[in-house]
Formats: sequence, structure tokens, C-alpha cells
Amino acid sequence: MKEEFILENGNNLAGMAAMDSGVGCAGVYPLTPSSETADYLAEKMPLAGRVFKQKEDEIAAIGFALGGAIAGCKAMTITSGPGKALMSEHIGYAFMAEIPIVILDVMRGGPGTGLPTRPSQGDVLYARNPTPGDVRAIVLAPGSALECYSETCRAFDLAERFMQPIIVLSDELIGHDDVRISLADLEKIKKNTIERRVNLSENYQPYCVGKDEPAILNPFFTGKHYHITGLNHDASGFPTEDAVLCQATSDRLFEKVDAHLDEILLNKMYKMEDAEYVIVCYGSVSLSAIDAIDRLRESDHPIKVGMFRPLTLWPSPEKAMFEIAQKIPQEKILVAEMNNGQYVREVECVMRNRPHFLGKANGRPITPLEIEEKIREMSHD
Amino acid sequence: MTEYAKYLRKNETPWCPGCGNGIVMKALCDAMNSLAWDMKNDVCVVSGIGCSGRMSSLMEAYTLHSLHGRALPMAEAIARVHPNKHVIVISGDGDGGSIGRSAFMQECNENVDMTYIIVNNFTYALTKGQSSPTTPVGTKAYMCPYGVYVRPFNLCELAIASGATFVARGTTLDVLPLSKMIEAGCKHHGFSFIEVFSGCPENFGRKNGLRTSNDTRSWIDSLVFPKAKFDELSDEEKQGKYPTGILKREHGVIEGNDAYAIHVEEARRLNGGE
Repeated sequence: MKEEFILENGNNLAGMAAMDSGVGCAGVYPLTPSSETADYLAEKMPLAGRVFKQKEDEIAAIGFALGGAIAGCKAMTITSGPGKALMSEHIGYAFMAEIPIVILDVMRGGPGTGLPTRPSQGDVLYARNPTPGDVRAIVLAPGSALECYSETCRAFDLAERFMQPIIVLSDELIGHDDVRISLADLEKIKKNTIERRVNLSENYQPYCVGKDEPAILNPFFTGKHYHITGLNHDASGFPTEDAVLCQATSDRLFEKVDAHLDEILLNKMYKMEDAEYVIVCYGSVSLSAIDAIDRLRESDHPIKVGMFRPLTLWPSPEKAMFEIAQKIPQEKILVAEMNNGQYVREVECVMRNRPHFLGKANGRPITPLEIEEKIREMSHD
Repeated sequence: MTEYAKYLRKNETPWCPGCGNGIVMKALCDAMNSLAWDMKNDVCVVSGIGCSGRMSSLMEAYTLHSLHGRALPMAEAIARVHPNKHVIVISGDGDGGSIGRSAFMQECNENVDMTYIIVNNFTYALTKGQSSPTTPVGTKAYMCPYGVYVRPFNLCELAIASGATFVARGTTLDVLPLSKMIEAGCKHHGFSFIEVFSGCPENFGRKNGLRTSNDTRSWIDSLVFPKAKFDELSDEEKQGKYPTGILKREHGVIEGNDAYAIHVEEARRLNGGE
């Protein structure tokens, strides 16, 4: 059969992924450069009889999506950095009450109103701690338009599995660039592998679960009626200030993620088998890195460079990065990102060394040439 | 006679003596009883943050204690996903009239079938009595030790101006009319808004010479007139006074879920049928 292709950008593909994952409720507010995804859902969701709503602001948008999740839908909101800042309080609520939601953050230049139409990776640390209080965020970083699809699908599954917000950290570059996508590739991507757990027993308590397990929140109007609050609560869901119970809830919110990293972490390697140098990057920077690696390897003075790229940005792939540091010395490791140094600190911390850094925070992508030159410079040192 | 144990959980009430929240809760239970709604299976009670916000945890229903000022968007989504169920939202004057004001106005306009009750005790009681958007000029409050100098919002007027199709005002002095008002609001096909004037002797009264429940009740009594009587007052006499009763009931406006159903049909038509 002849292979079929479509011309599509990451934002629309994220919307397609949401539809294919069965999104039932979306609350949104327009924000460049993320609006195409919402526009896509505005067209498709009513056709499927699902609830799409443009709300009066980002605060109401995420509130609406959370309401949908509580009502039993797979829920989503779509925004960029400044909008996610407004959603911050609700994100914390969703962590505490354990409400599954997918948040697509298509990053743009910041801080403040910043550079609305230009790419950035400035929300990386903010995505790790997207709300006041202690939380273990799960953040996925697609590195291409196709991965905007695959990572959004994965986010919906992870949200239902771990009952917490899952952030998809895309950026303007992959969000807006139209690229050729094979329909067969889309077909292959796994989706809807996890459904929300339900407990219909008479003595049901939403938060009465094992110490590394997520809550079981029955969709409202299913099973026995219960209470949801953003206050610290006991197994029944009612507020408590008991020191032991509060610590146990706080610990469980971390442990439900930390005890299941094998289900969460995902990394991609490029030409790492024989690499003497390694570029650690994520998101759209990886597109430039791949180009730079190919050029460096094929030049008259070839340098064997590889790439390590976390698809799950947070929790960070500590073990995998530590292993790289055991094989490759710090002088030959480069961290490249579109900010003034956010993930590089994490890399330093887990590798326990001091890699080279290439950063850019002027709203322009890091080019393959810039990476190539940086690696050459490192090889001359 | 309402069998209250059917509607209330056995959790401890967190409210001070003289507080009006319990009276509002009683009126709500009475309305549920008259409506014969199956609270445990068909009703969702959503609340915001504040003294009134704790009401959700006391009701035998699917209950959601949301964020400060953010009850309505969450409630709207639940009402849209489950249009055949009943959603009741409880808020305070700070919660709904200040931090949640834009959501309040938005939902008045959306006209999704749910009932929104603001318990107006004229103060931020849970944080010990700061001035709220409804605190009368001249009264004393935390963060306003020399008296409030900003004129208060009239929440019912705000709701009417925002397009609400059912607007009523009651007080905790008259429980029977209040429960009838809530019942009428629940029956209304669309967004219904009910403001309840309520007393807070502890955090509002203490600073304003209204230390007992009776003092606050007398003070509230001095503020209100039944709508028919209020309409007869001169403009001068109306200053600082408020009408009670059902202030607006409009049936011609399309309900929010009905509007979305038409939107869905239109989307399908434009895409060439099912």
C-alpha cells in the first residue's frame, strides 16, 4: 500500500492526539503560541458531542477542565507560560485532590509578556514546580511535531494512571512549523492504554489506597457519593490537620510517582553507541542537535558526537544521565537549551560534574551551526 | 417535615455561635425535601473558600470544596457534562462578589442550569473580618480600622446586569421564604442566583457594636424591605436599603446546555451530517 502523508504542525497534532485519546472536556483561553490546538478542538469536540469551552480567563479555563475531570471526562487545558502562571493555584489543587488533567504549555519567550510569537524553553524549571507547595510534577517534552502527538497521547494515559496534572512542554517552534507526517507513524502510536480506576464498593474511600498508589476518584454520580477538597485530607477525603495523616498524604503524592519511574521515564538517544562527545538537550533543540551531529560526523575532521534527550523532562532521568557521566568526561558533554541555563543545573547535579553550556534566550532557535561550532571549540580545548 | 439526617453528614459544623450559615443550610435541606431530589445520587454541591465554603463538606451529596472564588467554573463543567443532574453552588460575598466576580458575571450570562447561593455576611469572616465588596460604608473592619470608604456592591443588581435569568434575595431571618426561594431557583431552567443576607456576630458584629446574634439580626432587618414595599420607597429612602423576594425571573433566554446542543447540531450540519 502507498504510504500516505499529511502536512501538519505540532499544535494541531497535539489536538489530534487529544481527540484520539478521548478528551471529553476542554477549558481554554486563547494564548499565543498555543491557540491552534484549542482551535482544532473547538472544531472537532462538538462534532463528537464532547464539551469544549472557551472561558473568560485562564483561571476559569483550568477550573472548567478540572470540573470536567471530576465529572468523569479526560480533561485538558491549553496555554503558554503566562497563562500557566494564572493556572498555578488550580494546578496545586489538582495535585492535592488528585485530579487527572493534561496541560499543554507551548512555550514562548519570557519573562512577562516577553516574546509572544517566538520560541523559548524558559518554562522548564517552572514546569517542575508549577504551583506553591511540595509536588512531584511529571513533565513531557516533545522534540518534534510527531512527538507533540505521541507525548500528548502519553500524557492522557499518565494522567489517568497517576491521578495528577501532566504537563506537555512544547514550544513555538515545533508548535507552528508544518512538517510532513506519515499517517502510518501516527497509527503506530499507543493511546488509551489506561482507563481511570473506579471503586464501586459500599465502603469506598477515595484516598484509601496503598502508600505508593494514586487516589481512586470515581467520576461524580458514579458509585457512592464523596467529598473532594484542596485541603489536606484523610483517606475519606475530609479535611484533617492530623500531623501523621498530613505527612502520609504528602509522602504518598511523591511516592506514587517515585515508585513507578519505569512507567514514566522515557529517553531518546541518537548515535550514542560510539559517541566521544554527547549533547544533552530536549524539545525542539534536538532537531538542531541531530543536524549538527550529522555534519560533525561527516566533515573532513569528523567528531563522533551523540545525543541524549529526555522525553520525560521531570522527574529527570537521573540514572541514565549518571551512567553517561561514567563513560564520557565533563569536557565532552554539552547541554544546549533555549534559556539562560535551567536544565543544565539538573544535569550538573545528577552527573556530579560541570558540563559545557550553550544557552540562548532571545527568542531565536539554537541553530545547528551554533552547536557545531561549540563542539569544535570544545574539541580544541 | 424535613428529615435533616437524610441530607446532612455527621461532620462537626465549623461555625461560630450566631452564624447564619447553619440557617442557610437548613433552608437548603428544606428545599431539597420539597423538591424530593435524591441528594445522594443526583445532586452535586460545590463551594468556594470561606466560612460558607465548609457547607459542602456537611451535605450528603457529591461535594466539591473548590478554590477561593473558583467554584463556578468547576460547577459549570459538572453541569455541562451531566445536564440531567443538579448542581448547587455555595459561596460567600468575598468568594463570589470579589475574587470570583468575573466568574459570577460570566455564569449569569452563560445561563447553565444550576443554582448559585451567595451567603452575604458583609465580611471576610474566615480571615477574621476584613471588609468585603458588600460591607456598608462607615463600618469597621480589619484592614479598614477607620471605617469602610468604598460604596458596597449590590450583588443582585450585578447579577441582573450580567444577564441572570433568576435573581432573588432572602435573609436568614425568614427561613421559610428563603427555602421557597431556593426551591424556585432550583426549579428554574437556567442559572438561578440567590443572595442571602446573613449575620456574623463574631467577626463583623464585634467590630460594629453588633455583638450578639439578635443584634446582627436586627441590623439586617433594618436593611431590607419586601420588594413590593421597597418599590414604594422614594429614591432617598432606598439609599442603603435592599429589596427581598424574587427580583427577576425570565423564561425567554436559552439555557446554556440547550445552547450547546444547538451548537453541536450546527457543527454536524456544517460537516455534512453525522
